[in-house]
Amino acid sequence: MSVAHCGDFRQSYRDDMKVLETRFVRVSVGAFLVLLYIFPLLASNYLTSTMTTIGIAVIGALGINIVTGYTGQISLGQGAFMGVGAFACSYFMRIAHLPFWIAMPLAGLATAAVGMVFGLPSARLKGLYLAIATLAAQFILQYLFIHMDAVTGGSNGIQFPPPEIGSFVFDGDRSKYYLTITVAISAVLFTTNLMRSRDGRAFIAVRDHHLSAEIMGVHLFKYRLLSFSVSAFYAGIAGSLWGVYTGYISAEHFTLTESINYLAMIIIGGLGSVLGSIFGAVFMTLLPQFLTVGTGALAQIFPKIGFLIMSLKDGVFGIIVILFLIFEPDGLAHRWRLIKAYWKLYPFSY
Amino acid sequence: MTSSLERPVQLAVENISLRFGGVMALGGLGFSVRNGEIFSIIGPNGAGKTSMLNCISGRYQPQRGTISFDGHDITHRPPAARARLGIARTFQNIALFKGMSVLDNLLIGRHIHLKSGLLRGGFYFGPCQKEEIEHRRIVEDIVDFLEIEHIRKRIVGTLAYGLQKRVELARALALNPKLILLDEPMAGMNLEETEDMVRFILDINQERGITVILVEHDMGVVMDISDHLVVLNFGEKIGEGSPDEVQADPEVIKAYLGGEDSVFLGR
Repeated sequence: MSVAHCGDFRQSYRDDMKVLETRFVRVSVGAFLVLLYIFPLLASNYLTSTMTTIGIAVIGALGINIVTGYTGQISLGQGAFMGVGAFACSYFMRIAHLPFWIAMPLAGLATAAVGMVFGLPSARLKGLYLAIATLAAQFILQYLFIHMDAVTGGSNGIQFPPPEIGSFVFDGDRSKYYLTITVAISAVLFTTNLMRSRDGRAFIAVRDHHLSAEIMGVHLFKYRLLSFSVSAFYAGIAGSLWGVYTGYISAEHFTLTESINYLAMIIIGGLGSVLGSIFGAVFMTLLPQFLTVGTGALAQIFPKIGFLIMSLKDGVFGIIVILFLIFEPDGLAHRWRLIKAYWKLYPFSY
Repeated sequence: MTSSLERPVQLAVENISLRFGGVMALGGLGFSVRNGEIFSIIGPNGAGKTSMLNCISGRYQPQRGTISFDGHDITHRPPAARARLGIARTFQNIALFKGMSVLDNLLIGRHIHLKSGLLRGGFYFGPCQKEEIEHRRIVEDIVDFLEIEHIRKRIVGTLAYGLQKRVELARALALNPKLILLDEPMAGMNLEETEDMVRFILDINQERGITVILVEHDMGVVMDISDHLVVLNFGEKIGEGSPDEVQADPEVIKAYLGGEDSVFLGR
């Protein structure tokens, strides 16, 4: 049972500042982590690789949530930033012959630098105007992906060598899963901690009231730029892992659609919430899969209009997202909080 | 009260002019605020009181004149730099961080005193945690002082107006300022809340030794607690001095306090 202490027994500020407040929560999170690590042993390869894509999406969603959800700067470039990370990581591994473990963080830093450049308009622009400026980042980077043949392989794309430790090569579904999930868990931990320390709070302050944030001594431009570069760093890491996952990267994947997909993830999951980023990533990765299975089954039952049903998929996807925005405007993370509050008091309503 | 005249000047405002296009908000305004006093700026609506505060806190840049604080010329410094020198303020319309808890709002007040950057914050355990606990203790002192213990974990946007005003004062105090600018702290409050707020302002001034610049329309309060005041009308100074001097000034009575109406002090 999720019975919390009936009264506040915390005796130090250290106890009071814990993220996982009760033993029940600590045990369940621990059990969940164990489950994550034994998952590939129990599940099929297909499920394992689906989980890998969810892990990548979680990292990307955390990134865009930092800049958009926490700092309030709408970014439409997350997809392109992932591309920068993927191509940079591949480049460092192929040309500079660096091992993946150095190339991935370097790719993250390179993406952070690119993100910072495209974050510069945030000095003057806000809201939708800034969104349009970041849209430019998306298109400029996409153009570069296609035309910088030496680095990106142009429109053909380029190979992404698998990571190695000694003689062990990460090329199976399971090893890629373990790599991705470990990085994703670290990203979740890092973000959670960041948001309860100085710079994370400054991000939220810039979002909630930039004028009074400035009066309180928060340097607005510095924190806007910082949020863009941290966000791009996450995207760079996610892009590198995407490269590992597919083994081959091309500009086609890092489009505006991908950017909007990430924006949708955090809106559906919950803006300014780590848990929301995870929920959103899971939801937006699984929904198309379920729809494919569903429409596939329907098409078999009604073979004559099968092609019609298959093309309904995108429409249904859109409708589900819209319904979510109407009935769950604060995101899945908010619904989760309500459910938790309900069970805390169950069976009494007050 | 006269003793405050002998104290050193903390904030000197000289010949400040501020224009918005063709509108002159402030025209050659000057006054000085001494260490540890309660200094009030009064005047009719649109007189330029809040504009003056905005010039001091750095939100507006005056076209002419200088403002110096503790010997530093701060006229052209950005707001964040002024916060570092020890100037804090509250706003007429509440300007809290609505999505954050009361504690987090106060911890933003500690922002300039915190040192843990991005990486240390992300790893958290170790020096960052130690620092957070240390500053939590400082913030809890302010929570105690302003009697907001019961709401410390509440999200600010869900609090009642009077409490939000108090949290805003707490946030300004968390900065550990030498000078605090209060823009209508009593606006929209009932009698009890006003009395609480006056008590807090006096305590801030006397116990913590913080200089207070107060903009307020409640004349009863202003005349009771101010050491000095300056009266503005249409961006110009029309009176200055102790509360008694100002109340006797015919110019001030004509522009703001009202002629025969001696009950303006009544409360």
